[in-house]
Amino acid sequence: MKIRNIVVRRLLQLVSVALGVTIINFFLLQLAPGDAAQVLAGEAGAATPEYMAALRAQFGLDQPLLVQFWKYILNLAHFNLGYSFRHGMPVAQLIGERVPATLLLMGASILFAVVAGATLGAIAAYRAGRIADVVISTLALVFFATPLFWIGLMLVVVFSVWLDWLPVGGMFTIEAGYTGWKYILDVARHLVLPAVTLGLFYMAVYTRLMRATMVEVRRQDFVRTAVAKGARPPRVLFAHVLRNALLPLVTMLGVQVSSIIGGAVLVETVFSWPGLGRLAFEALFQRDFNLLLGILLCSSIVVIVVNWVVDFVYTRLDPRIRFA
Amino acid sequence: MSELVSTLAITPVTTVDAPASLIAAPTTRGWFARLLRSPSALIGGVLLLLVVLMALSSPLLFPGDPLDMVAEPFLHPGVDAAHLLGSDMLGRDLLSGIFHGARVSLLIAVVSTLLALVLGVSGGLLAGYYGGLADAVLMRVTEFFQTIPSFLFALAIVAVVQPTLVTIALAIGVTAWPSLARLVRAEVLKLRHSEMVQASAALGATDLRIMLRDILPNTLTPILVSTSLMVATAILTESSLAFLGLGDPNAVSWGNMVGSGREVIRTDWYITTIPGIAIVITVLALNLLGDGLADVLDPRDRK
Repeated sequence: MKIRNIVVRRLLQLVSVALGVTIINFFLLQLAPGDAAQVLAGEAGAATPEYMAALRAQFGLDQPLLVQFWKYILNLAHFNLGYSFRHGMPVAQLIGERVPATLLLMGASILFAVVAGATLGAIAAYRAGRIADVVISTLALVFFATPLFWIGLMLVVVFSVWLDWLPVGGMFTIEAGYTGWKYILDVARHLVLPAVTLGLFYMAVYTRLMRATMVEVRRQDFVRTAVAKGARPPRVLFAHVLRNALLPLVTMLGVQVSSIIGGAVLVETVFSWPGLGRLAFEALFQRDFNLLLGILLCSSIVVIVVNWVVDFVYTRLDPRIRFA
Repeated sequence: MSELVSTLAITPVTTVDAPASLIAAPTTRGWFARLLRSPSALIGGVLLLLVVLMALSSPLLFPGDPLDMVAEPFLHPGVDAAHLLGSDMLGRDLLSGIFHGARVSLLIAVVSTLLALVLGVSGGLLAGYYGGLADAVLMRVTEFFQTIPSFLFALAIVAVVQPTLVTIALAIGVTAWPSLARLVRAEVLKLRHSEMVQASAALGATDLRIMLRDILPNTLTPILVSTSLMVATAILTESSLAFLGLGDPNAVSWGNMVGSGREVIRTDWYITTIPGIAIVITVLALNLLGDGLADVLDPRDRK
């Protein structure tokens, strides 16, 4: 397929999802107790009737539903997600400031989950039925059943309160004012617990998946051929088995991106990580629905974009699949 | 979380090669006996039975409101025989909270899963059987649901319409059904042109009869396996919502107990730890049961 067609198709997908979320957002706002003007004015404190009327006129709430909807979409088309009264700045700007922290957390978690999950799964597959396999499989089963927020708190108790190795929360030591390498090291220290917390669940998933596919792939003819022609075990593992066993894992990763963002909300809340999830939690409590729904829209877009990256990685791993 | 758990459930089952029509339906006694021999199903079943018993016996064993102050605050576990697991910072009995929490968690999980089952199975059946426009619409809708973060979506719904047991169950059910619909659709597509369905059609069976009497019974295995995982996911989602403060304020919830214990975690970590263990055990039980069911009902393993 031509590159231009691909780009057009992807953009269409992006637009249709954005439109879908917009429709849902609009009707959710209709469901909220009181109209949107009350919701929006809620944060402004004691709103005068004149102010409410002005708000209603500004958002066109005095007009028919369809007209309102059209205006809402027009606003979005101009990247206007509305205004957060609590934070005193446009929603789009607020979200833009928080996205990098969430991407950093997600990236670190995915890296941890993939590396640890693939390694543990591979060990379990090579030792299928023995002690190492039993221990790894049991651990995977337990982590698969553990709520993220709880494991985060337990890690805090052990590593921050009892052992005092790692910070309890936040993204950097504010009072230290580090710069350069010291700052990066500081952020990394703050990143360890949240990233591990968010990653453990997915690590469990990948361990189970990796073990299953590795057992399957090792039985394949091409592996037997590789062994028969005298390839050394490390080469058989890395060039033949691992590369093929990683494919289902990458597919799974693409499916899970949206669930990882959901997990990030919990993890960021536990560790006061200043990302989108933490912002969603704050919006929740300030009843700042415009902000909350803006986050829903933006995180959906993040999911789509990350999936593009996953698709690209997939084509690198498996040359039979064309970028489409 | 929901998409991923269901995909996990789906992968092993949808790769079954033999057409389901060729598989002799196992007798009830047959698969039940095999279920008892599967260690994971057995352990999962026993654990789940315990949780269900806890839920059912909670009004008898702990007749009072679990949200009432009944003991002195910060009573550590094992100190007072009347309050075995101790009390939290407001003097609420933790054991009573765990028992009543089981009720709430299971109730929300079962109701939301039933909702997802009704929506997912009927959507999948219609789309798979009729194809065309119905199929195209369903596929777009499920793709959409796989893209938006379902936890965040459930959170937005509950936040906007106010948390009650009903709205929480609705929000979880509404965000959980699309992956099941895809699963059912894939199964229906395998059977749609099978000889069994053709025979029924030739005998003059109505579409409804073919869907409900011929196709649906043959798709029950994957549905059953993913149902147990959906209940597990629903419990995780419910506790996560409650942890964030989006639980029904009038009902005790494990997630809410974890969340409230958070403030005193430095000194009294048991308040946070104990309800979390209850969640882990319940979810683990359902996952084990799902694994066991998949093993037992998957015809590939019968060889």
